[in-house]
Amino acid sequence: MDVVNQLQRQFLDYSASLHREGFLDDQFTQLQKLQDENSPDFVVEVASLFFEDCEKLINNMARALEQQGVDFKQVDASVHQLKGSSSSIGAMRVKNVCIAFRSFCEAQNREGCLRCLQQVTHEYSLLKNKLQTLFRLEQQILAAGGSVPAIE
Amino acid sequence: MEVAGEVLQSGSSQELHVLAVDDSYVDRKVIEKLLKISSCKVTAVESGARALQFLGLDGGKGSLGFNGLKVNLIMTDYSMPGMTGYELLKKIKRSSAFREIPVVIMSSENILTRIDSCLEEGAEEFLVKPVKLSDVKRLTKDCVTRGETEGKDGRRVNKRKLEDDNHSSSSSTSSSPSTTASFGCSLDPSELITSPLHSSKRAKLRDRD
Repeated sequence: MDVVNQLQRQFLDYSASLHREGFLDDQFTQLQKLQDENSPDFVVEVASLFFEDCEKLINNMARALEQQGVDFKQVDASVHQLKGSSSSIGAMRVKNVCIAFRSFCEAQNREGCLRCLQQVTHEYSLLKNKLQTLFRLEQQILAAGGSVPAIE
Repeated sequence: MEVAGEVLQSGSSQELHVLAVDDSYVDRKVIEKLLKISSCKVTAVESGARALQFLGLDGGKGSLGFNGLKVNLIMTDYSMPGMTGYELLKKIKRSSAFREIPVVIMSSENILTRIDSCLEEGAEEFLVKPVKLSDVKRLTKDCVTRGETEGKDGRRVNKRKLEDDNHSSSSSTSSSPSTTASFGCSLDPSELITSPLHSSKRAKLRDRD
């Protein structure tokens, strides 16, 4: 039981730090609350969909920005979609970069867009690593016979 | 609980069937979960075109769609490629077979003119994303009691729900008795945002009914 307690504390601390550092916002907590015995992998599944989405959209943005004549509307459309998904999953930092990104699209500022693209790629991979760590902690708790504590 | 047959499917099942339309995988998955937790049957599609196809409005099958399951509520994203949620709303409201189905618009953008256009076209509500469980629970509960209260006072009032920190300077909060009785569930008047502009539009909508 001591091992379980230790893991649970680790999980809660890690989760708290992710919120504190702005990686996740309340929407992520809302999703965790939706998980139940009917859908025990709900959050992991949503996160996977989100990461697939990220990769696809980032590629779209990169390709559009590589063009001689950049179609900023197209870039903006992808950023808008990414902003939507990140908002839905609670990926706050990613969402915030998207907000700045949209301004650069509107201003048709290629340099600004490229900087944001770099930032959003960075934030996405940071978040992916951190969520994988969080999910791994959950698995460890379950494997040790404990239950994952609810975040309040 | 006895309710009007029009709103629910016939038989003992009191589960609402909701058609959710959103081009985002993530959002579809989330809305599906929110609806299932709220005890609804869900059909989630990725576009307005697919939604019309499901309803049988694309000139294909009959008016009850492929599987004959009546749709009680439609929740659609606003910004979608191809057909926007607004365009989908218009098509549904202009169809004699489906105009009675409540349509809720969801959008990540809190734009007053957009909200107004949707309400004017007959949207039941405009929800700002990310959609919360409390929104879905309230909506689906409203849907179930709708059949009863509509008969009572004959009025339906459209409202929009904005995020707390996104109050537009042009709108003001006021509590008006006529706007709280819409669905027969208790609504907190401070949640409803009205302005002279919206009052006149609501009056216009009532006349159209």
